[in-house]
Amino acid sequence: MNFKRFYAVFVARNLEFIRDRGALAWSFIFPVFMILGFAFVFNGQKPLYTVGAMNNPAPTAMSYFALDEALIEMVVIVDEGYATRRLGRHALDLLLDTANKHYWVNPLSPEGQVLERLLQGSGAAEGWQRTEISGEALRYVDWALPGILSMNMMFAALFGIGYVIVRYRKTGMLKRMMATPVTAVEFLGAQLASRLMVMIVINIILLMGLWFAVDFRMEGSVLLLALVFILGATSLISIGLLVAARIANEELANGLLNAATWPMMMLSEVWFSMENAAPWIQSLSLALPLTHMTKAARAVMLDGAGFVDILPNLVYLTAVALVFLMLGARFFRWE
Amino acid sequence: MVDTIMETQGLHVRFDQLHAVRGVDISIPAGSCFGLLGPNGAGKTTTIECMEGIKTPSEGRVLYRGQPLDVSFAEHAGIMFQQTALQDFVTVGETLTMFQRLYQSSVVVDELIEVCKLDEFLDREPKKLSGGQRQRLLLAIALVGEPKIVFLDEPTTGLDPQARRNLWQLVSDIKSRGVTVVMSTHYMDEAYELCDQIAIMDHGKVIAEGTPDELLRSIFSDVVMQLPLADWPAALSLEGFGAQSFGEQVQLMSKDVNESIAALLAADVPLQHLQIRKRNLEDLFIELTGRELRT
Repeated sequence: MNFKRFYAVFVARNLEFIRDRGALAWSFIFPVFMILGFAFVFNGQKPLYTVGAMNNPAPTAMSYFALDEALIEMVVIVDEGYATRRLGRHALDLLLDTANKHYWVNPLSPEGQVLERLLQGSGAAEGWQRTEISGEALRYVDWALPGILSMNMMFAALFGIGYVIVRYRKTGMLKRMMATPVTAVEFLGAQLASRLMVMIVINIILLMGLWFAVDFRMEGSVLLLALVFILGATSLISIGLLVAARIANEELANGLLNAATWPMMMLSEVWFSMENAAPWIQSLSLALPLTHMTKAARAVMLDGAGFVDILPNLVYLTAVALVFLMLGARFFRWE
Repeated sequence: MVDTIMETQGLHVRFDQLHAVRGVDISIPAGSCFGLLGPNGAGKTTTIECMEGIKTPSEGRVLYRGQPLDVSFAEHAGIMFQQTALQDFVTVGETLTMFQRLYQSSVVVDELIEVCKLDEFLDREPKKLSGGQRQRLLLAIALVGEPKIVFLDEPTTGLDPQARRNLWQLVSDIKSRGVTVVMSTHYMDEAYELCDQIAIMDHGKVIAEGTPDELLRSIFSDVVMQLPLADWPAALSLEGFGAQSFGEQVQLMSKDVNESIAALLAADVPLQHLQIRKRNLEDLFIELTGRELRT
């Protein structure tokens, strides 16, 4: 690895991107449009009340609340910590543990208070233990923002690397580089580094702007969030490198990149949680790097998760990056 | 003894169904300008790409200073491909600087700008250059690493006559600095003007090799006399003079010009439009292959 050669390619690629006004503007417009437009307009159809039920898979709402079942969605809960966090954010209005005669309520949630009155009125919870979980309601924009930022990075990584390298190959630029002393590792490394740097800078600017525009929630460490984004972006760039390893046809590259991005956009919890999805869809979702990036970013931003909490996500992203980088370098052809 | 800088031995290149190069042995003297001539599809570019180390031959080998090509060869070679797109949004000057940084030893960029006459469009993007400007930039990129050997693949294809002449001048300058030049072309005048040594390729094989004059002398001992067909008396038979008509022209090959002129005058053929020229490489190619060069 010769740093001088790496740096030469890195600088030229940076210049190319920064001066491409269209691509640069789109890097900002796309996520801002998504967050300010979609996130605010999107108003998920949800039932009037959502109740979490632990240790009892099928409680009937009627037996506790004397309410029409269509008005209440019962969500089966496995993890208490997860359920109480959701209660704290008003994603659940009440949490029941019928086996242990215990319920949790958020005193700041009007819906929670209504449900508590109904529960007491029905007489079904007499003598139950009551626990309060306080927390402000989580806006959809707060929930969606980590996912939208991650998704934006996914597009920038996959298309910004995959499509560009295929174009270089098609136009003969790669052949020209091949005729110089630069090695494939130096060239691809410079592409990766340039794209990563550009994405990080764009994300910093976006986050600063959005901080003023929507005052999003940021409970955890900014540095840890940066680590999530760097590892996530690297893993997605490495997928782009593999896609671009050999093909010289932009249409094919476009198809492959769309085939990679669409499932991630739909199944990586960018827009909605996968917790009620079929198990096989959940497994598929967990195989996608964007899911781990979104989950980790969301955990840091919304729950103030620490390094250890998101370590499994970080390990997965690192593993994806290493495997795809090795495959990309192995299969890469200049021509 | 002539110092050989590059050599190919028994070179074969096969693509799926196509046997593009069929046993090419070429030896290139150091400091010379070597031309690979032939029509489109003759195997010139494939042969040159094997010499450049861009393509791996199916059989045979390429030697640089007696050794097989290795990774260090890229430091010694400058290459100008037929078609190369450079990065968008990066100026000519910045492009040159990037390529310069890729080499351990390199020329001073300012000198290169002067030699290749790039100063007037240094701040322009490569895609906004004219054909001639573009080729000058690509040549400058080929030269930026201070190469010992430069490969030029059809460097003047598509250029106007003036741009061609400018590029010929640049190639002559490179030669005069002792750099070996290997070029492919299908312009015979270009080869005659620039090359010390040529190899004519057809159907993947070298069918003739030598200096241009040697080759012409070895094949031809006559000159070409040419007249407009309109000047040729209708009653006079072409065959009687060994002449042939090509379109609007009549050509006859003569080993003794004085004798031929006397015969034509005796037959009352008007000679005010007579042209006499030496045989050229174009004729040589037709003689060797029975085909015109650019078919």
